Amino acid sequence: MRRKAQGHPVPMRIREPFKLLAVGAIYFWLTAFALLPNLLVVIASVLERGSDEFVAFAFTLDSYRRLLDPLYLGVLLDSLGLAAATTALCLLLGYPFAYLLTRMPVRWRPVLLLLVIIPFWTSSLVRTYAMVILLQTNGWLNQILLGLGLIAEPLELLYTEPAVIAGMLYALLPFMILPLYAALEKLDRRLIEAARDLGAGWITIFRRIILPLTLPGVVAGCMLTFLPGLGMFYVADLLGGAKTMLVGNLIRDQFLSARDWPFGAAASVLLTGLMGLLLWAYYLSSRRAGRGALP
Amino acid sequence: MSPRNAARIAYLILIYGFLYLPILVLIVYSFNDAKYSLEWRGMTWAWYRNLFDDPDLLRAALNSVLIAALSATVATGIGALAAVALYRYEFFGKPLLQSLIFVLMMTPDIVMGIALLILFASLSLPLGFWTLLLAHITFNIPFVVVTVSSRISGFDRHLLEAAQDLGATEFQTVRRIVLPLLMPAVAAGWLLSFTLSMDDVMVSFFVTGPTFEILPLRIYSMVRLGVTPEINALCTIMLGVTLILILIAQLLLREKT
Amino acid sequence: MNEWVIELRNVSKAYAAHAVLRNINLQVRAGEFLTLLGPSGCGKTTILRLLAGFEPADGGEILIGGQDMRTLPPEQRHVNTVFQSYALFPHLTVFENVAFGPRLKRIRGEALRERVMDTLRMVKLEDFAGRKPGQLSGGQQQRVAIARAVVNQPRVLLLDEPLSALDYKLRKAMQLELKQLQRRLGITFIFVTHDQEEALSMSDRVAVMNAGRIEQFGAPRQIYEAPENLFVARFVGEINNLPGRVVAAAPPRYDIRLHDRVVNLKSPYVFGVGDRVNVLIRPEDVRIWRECEGSAEERAALFPAVVEGVVYKGSTVDLVIRLDSGDVLSTTQFFNEDDQAIVNLDFREGERVFVDWVHDWETILPHEE
Repeated sequence: MRRKAQGHPVPMRIREPFKLLAVGAIYFWLTAFALLPNLLVVIASVLERGSDEFVAFAFTLDSYRRLLDPLYLGVLLDSLGLAAATTALCLLLGYPFAYLLTRMPVRWRPVLLLLVIIPFWTSSLVRTYAMVILLQTNGWLNQILLGLGLIAEPLELLYTEPAVIAGMLYALLPFMILPLYAALEKLDRRLIEAARDLGAGWITIFRRIILPLTLPGVVAGCMLTFLPGLGMFYVADLLGGAKTMLVGNLIRDQFLSARDWPFGAAASVLLTGLMGLLLWAYYLSSRRAGRGALP
Repeated sequence: MSPRNAARIAYLILIYGFLYLPILVLIVYSFNDAKYSLEWRGMTWAWYRNLFDDPDLLRAALNSVLIAALSATVATGIGALAAVALYRYEFFGKPLLQSLIFVLMMTPDIVMGIALLILFASLSLPLGFWTLLLAHITFNIPFVVVTVSSRISGFDRHLLEAAQDLGATEFQTVRRIVLPLLMPAVAAGWLLSFTLSMDDVMVSFFVTGPTFEILPLRIYSMVRLGVTPEINALCTIMLGVTLILILIAQLLLREKT
Repeated sequence: MNEWVIELRNVSKAYAAHAVLRNINLQVRAGEFLTLLGPSGCGKTTILRLLAGFEPADGGEILIGGQDMRTLPPEQRHVNTVFQSYALFPHLTVFENVAFGPRLKRIRGEALRERVMDTLRMVKLEDFAGRKPGQLSGGQQQRVAIARAVVNQPRVLLLDEPLSALDYKLRKAMQLELKQLQRRLGITFIFVTHDQEEALSMSDRVAVMNAGRIEQFGAPRQIYEAPENLFVARFVGEINNLPGRVVAAAPPRYDIRLHDRVVNLKSPYVFGVGDRVNVLIRPEDVRIWRECEGSAEERAALFPAVVEGVVYKGSTVDLVIRLDSGDVLSTTQFFNEDDQAIVNLDFREGERVFVDWVHDWETILPHEE
């Protein structure tokens, strides 16, 4: 006797246990270790600083008010400026680079791409340290400049803002190049040919065809450089000395030395807000470029 | 070669030079037989030997490998299943889940670090091995999902229907068709997770305690004190390990079935 | 047990709010070669997917061998599918692809080998058992897909546009092979295609589908020679449509006015005087007379026209002809070996001709917009 189906026929019941496991595991993990912690950060940011515990359970917007304090606002703006400068440099150097990569002969491309992927996956701490070696007072760069007779005595390269920017540029450039390359590679070459055929010049082609279609890649690249650019406290530590402070340093210090968790949490909420803005820009740009919102 | 092509290639070389020159300098100096000099004084393994004489460092290295292997394994399990589920099933909140994975990947490390710190503090979990493991699994998962998804989206949906059509149950279909086809991507996801975990500073910084030291944090505290040939050697080893794992991962992802 | 191996009763299916199948009723005889023919999006593939069990129907009943299929998952149905994309498992050899089904039925060892190799021999691929699908040509992959589907000896084989990826010559050869295979195996084939020629030449019966409905269901000859509506007439082969009006009715014969002519035609349908009708004529049924042919009285009964286009096609010459009434007809003229004057088909554009058709070979349908 065959079991009679009740209501809507469900021929897929055998799949259920497996589906439950697969969907349940990821749901559980992301809820417990991504959603919940971030919710706690938001909660912590509106609580008062505690004396014994890290937070005291009393509502206050004091932490957010303090972000506007000239002392911290200065740090915030400096940090935003540094991250923006780094992002702009990455884009300026990375876009032509990614474009040229897509124009290289097909048989070279995998190797050339791999040479970008390798620094993408390697430790940025190690690479920042490599930058320290290069920029030391008795480091390579000074030696070369001295040798060429461009300078008379070694420059103080380390512990300056340009050194921090150079370090972040070095650490983050691959994160700009890869999404740009992915976007440019998907670009149909025939569109450019069609535009030329219709009489467009290179500037028009770039402005009207290439840029709008690769905009999601540009936004993704900016997101991947700008956000870490705000947070990478060890780059500021190693290359900026105590002179340069990023939002990352500020947050870290609240949690490790100042022990002001609500304030650190508020700064972190600010970073998350910035991420939200960038994600929204990404969503808009990919919708305009006629692709799905999220990969 | 036309001047235009020459300019293009010069630009590529310049950027590659920028990406690789500091690393090369680091590697070269890890073999230089001079403690404070820039001049090349000949080849030596002395700095590498020193590393192996430092029991704390070895312990930290071992801890790192342990965390990396465990977190990569768990993350690969959850991430690969999630990728299969996202491809195969419709379920409640699927777009939300997809967005969440994407957002998690984009989240700045420092934000994730303090968020997990606050979570562990509110659960009164002592910082150390377990908190570190949970954190590493969390940041590895989205990378596994993306790696496996990009492979899975390349295959013909009808393959799975064909298996069922021929009499395979859901479980048999996954075991005999989906998993073998996904194996390269799953392995690549594992390797990439392993390197991410081995190299992470930012998240680990917040979620580990003094009882459980790992290599990147050890390097960080050493590096803050200045440049030494031992650190050069240590960083070179880190680079070497990462490089090998990435190369294998890329080979796996490129292989056509 | 009744005589139908497959029966669909009032089956409907919608994706979101879009109905893809509306009240489908279909009966398939055991051992029959049935084709679902229609343009893309007409729902023909959806019927296959419902039969295979990949998707549930929203309403109605699906019976295979008299058994209700609604609760049975794909792996428990005695139905196998040949996919349009073949869906061969890329990581398995040809042998393992074909052995996939039998292995799941716990067939092992020599019995398995024998069964797989017999099937491969049937599709002439016994020498390729060790290859991976990626090392085979399109035609060979197609055969593996068929072998893999028939090795389980299903009651019904579902084929989803299996030949569409092949080039013209290979497709012709495979059509013949499929037909022979079906006769040899005695399995019911349900074949989906949008190619009307393929449908007519292979099938025992054809269901012409459009927008989720079956427009006509019958033998290929019926479909071609007696289309039941304008969609079927137009979709299955080329057809000329002359709009007319009934001026006198004596069923089954009617006087129909076509512009300034009245012709007496036969139709199984019942029309009243004044009804608008479409007179449908296949291009090969149109006859053309040149000015020099026939007498003046004979010509008086014909439609005067002008040749607008001449397309030489090798075995035929296709003409586009504009009647003096304004209607445009396409015609196909066969070179007739017996005809003493092959030059007869040497038409020029702009040439004046006279036209009629083989009476009673036309189809008369009620007018549709």
